[in-house]
Amino acid sequence: MGKKVMFYPGCTLKGVAKNLEDSTVESARVLGYDFIELPGWTCCGAVYGLAQDSVKFTIANVRNLIKAQNYGKEIGDNRLIAVCSMCYNNLRRAHIDVMKNKDKLKTLDLFMDEEANYEGNINVLHYLQFLKNDVGFDNIKKMVKKPLKGLKVAPYYGCLLLRPEEISIDDREDPHILEDLLQLLGAEVVDYPLKNECCGSYHTVDKKEIVGERTYKLVSVAKDMGADVIATSCPLCFFNLDKRQEIAKKKHSEFEHMPIVYFTQLMAIAFGLTSQDVLHFDKHYISPEEVLKKWL
Amino acid sequence: MKYTIKKDPHEDERVQKIIEISGQNIFSCYQCGRCSSGCPMAEFMDVLPNQVFMFLQEGDVDTLLNAKTPWICAACFTCTVRCPVGLDLAAVMEAIRELQLRKNYDYVDPYKVDEREELPPIAMVSNFRKFTP
Ligand code: SF4
Ligand code: SF4
Ligand code: SF4
Ligand code: SF4
Repeated sequence: MGKKVMFYPGCTLKGVAKNLEDSTVESARVLGYDFIELPGWTCCGAVYGLAQDSVKFTIANVRNLIKAQNYGKEIGDNRLIAVCSMCYNNLRRAHIDVMKNKDKLKTLDLFMDEEANYEGNINVLHYLQFLKNDVGFDNIKKMVKKPLKGLKVAPYYGCLLLRPEEISIDDREDPHILEDLLQLLGAEVVDYPLKNECCGSYHTVDKKEIVGERTYKLVSVAKDMGADVIATSCPLCFFNLDKRQEIAKKKHSEFEHMPIVYFTQLMAIAFGLTSQDVLHFDKHYISPEEVLKKWL
Repeated sequence: MKYTIKKDPHEDERVQKIIEISGQNIFSCYQCGRCSSGCPMAEFMDVLPNQVFMFLQEGDVDTLLNAKTPWICAACFTCTVRCPVGLDLAAVMEAIRELQLRKNYDYVDPYKVDEREELPPIAMVSNFRKFTP
């Protein structure tokens, strides 16, 4: 048994992004950690509310933080790990928001009168931060069995790991935490100037043509830079960059498809975890199997 | 795009409401254009991000309420982190949407979304949170 740490999966990982969930939990296991799903978690709401006069988008997040506070005391650990960029962003922003605006916290504590009050000591971390600062990149390197030598990866952060500033997991304009990890897995990281540019996000529901254009640009530039795959950590970025290639191709006949992967899948493969029970390539619109077959 | 000073924004209720909801001092924008130059959605907008502040400063809320721009913004926070005076434009865009959503306006009708089976929950949850009351 590894060391117990709380994990917040989020609703998308429980279904369409099973490939992200399993590769996260199983790669953590290799590193000696037991990711325990936060008991009783609820969906975070995906986007953080920006209206200053309302707390309606903060409630669910604070409720989750309180659940983490309770369970954290049981296992003696205050860290809450998320891997979906939006979950991370939401939980972290909510924590910072109520710590800065005590009146909001008071309103919420009064509203949620059956729960304990939030004491403010939950440390929300993105999996990448946890890997770098808590596990240590050196320890990750030791577990690499199949270095991804020759695989050219474009690292994609998107928005919500880096913005707004207060939640950024690295330098917001020139991050390299993902590059550093990919490199120690043995992969070749290509310079990707659009790594922190938005994919079009939730417009994929009602304005998918716009997202198709964003995808066209993001994937084409990655291709121009020599990448074989784009690595991301967000199920919405993933869906847009993967599935919306269909629209990009329809509109631009010269467009070439490229598989999209989660960085956690690459880590799992480098650790020798190549079972489809972990990787779930059936969740991809563009299968990465061909590009990755050397290591599978 | 034509600019005319419509009304003293200090006396316009809707401008004041936008300031209240967003928590931003819209008068501190000095039109440097940095928000628009880095905006990934600018090419799809009818009013550029910096022009949003221009219209607000001129008390012209009607133009903003009729514009596509607030509904095209993806809340990516690129402008927010780059504005030299620290304005959170993403929050202002949200405030303009809120003026309409709070009147029970549905920008997106969840029942009319096609391919609902193929969209991940994260897409629908975020979309409906931004575009429905
Ligand atoms: S970000 Fe999305 S997937 Fe993650 S929990 Fe929230 S709504 Fe669900
Ligand atoms: S890249 Fe797209 S999905 Fe990812 S965080 Fe940005 S807007 Fe959201
Ligand atoms: S970056 Fe800031 S100051 Fe410059 S135009 Fe945009 S909002 Fe105004
Ligand atoms: S938050 Fe909106 S306005 Fe600002 S850069 Fe992103 S899409 Fe453009």
